[in-house]
Formats: sequence, structure tokens, C-alpha cells
Amino acid sequence: MLDAALRTRLESLIKGHKVMLFMKGTKQFPACGFSNAVVQILGKEGVPFETFNILADPDVRQGLKEYSSWPTFPQLYVDGKFVGGCDIVTELHQSGELGKELASVSAK
Amino acid sequence: MPNPEVIRTRLLAAFPGARIDVTDLTGTQDHFKAVVVAREFDGRSRIDQHKMVYAALGEWMNGAIHALALTTRPPADDGA
Repeated sequence: MLDAALRTRLESLIKGHKVMLFMKGTKQFPACGFSNAVVQILGKEGVPFETFNILADPDVRQGLKEYSSWPTFPQLYVDGKFVGGCDIVTELHQSGELGKELASVSAK
Repeated sequence: MPNPEVIRTRLLAAFPGARIDVTDLTGTQDHFKAVVVAREFDGRSRIDQHKMVYAALGEWMNGAIHALALTTRPPADDGA
């Protein structure tokens, strides 16, 4: 179970930036092909985004799996809402839905 | 150690009658690609569809399977 302190910390990380990517490695040095793919997509979308390296923080790594009922990374959150992992983000990017979602958020 | 055949068997148990293709991407039995076309996905969001697959794979997702490239859809919009 997620303890209250960890849940609060996760929510402040998730909601701290409009576009927040929890990934393996960093934006500059992705440590996983799936994480790198999402970094590349967000770059193409041309929106500012923040990343968090879950390899450097086991509490966040384990906690987020429970928080979002999603067992893998990367995990993309937009406006505090879980969007998906690499496969879903790739599909949404290709269909143009991700662009619309990001545009509506950055217009706020 | 899961391999494409046992993964497929477990998924078929959760999604009877589904079309399921599982590929070992690296030959190391820990990085897989799966395509699941199942009636159970009808009307569910992409996130829900993936969660249903993860739930079916259970503890494998927390260890044995390091990576799973996943494509899910209901049969209604299955290509042709």
C-alpha cells in the first residue's frame, strides 16, 4: 500500500509540471529505448516538459506503479492525468491526439 | 522464465478467442512484443486495455518481463 507521505510526494511531482515524464534515465541520457522514444516524441511535439529519473529513486519507482496501476516505465502525465506508456503515447502522437491534448493544456 | 508461447497461453486464458501474437524481441526471453485483438477491449480506453493485459500477465510484469511493447484493440477495427 502507498503510504500517505509517498502519495503526497508523487502527486506533487505529477502535478508540478503540465507535461511530466517519469522515465529510466534523463532527457539528455535516456537509459531505455522506450523512455527515449517518448522523449523524442515530446521533442517533436515541441512542448516544454520535465522528466524524473525513476532509476535514481526506488520509492517513486515502486510508488508510481501502484499509484497509476501501471507496471512499467516510461509513464507520461499531462495536466496531472496519466496518459500512458510508450506504446499509447506513440499511437496518440501518430494519430494527432497527443498534439491536441498538449495544445489544450498549454493554452490554459 | 516466460517465452512467447506461455505468454500467449496465459493471455488466451484471460481473453478467450482473442487473436494474440507474441514475439521475443531480443531472444533473451525478457523483452517481448505483443499484439492482442480481443472482444473484451470493446468500449474500453487504451489505458484500460493495456491494464487488462498487464493484469492477465500478473507477477511476470514485476520481474520476468522487463519490457513489453503492446498493441491492443477490439476486433471491430482490426485492419481490413
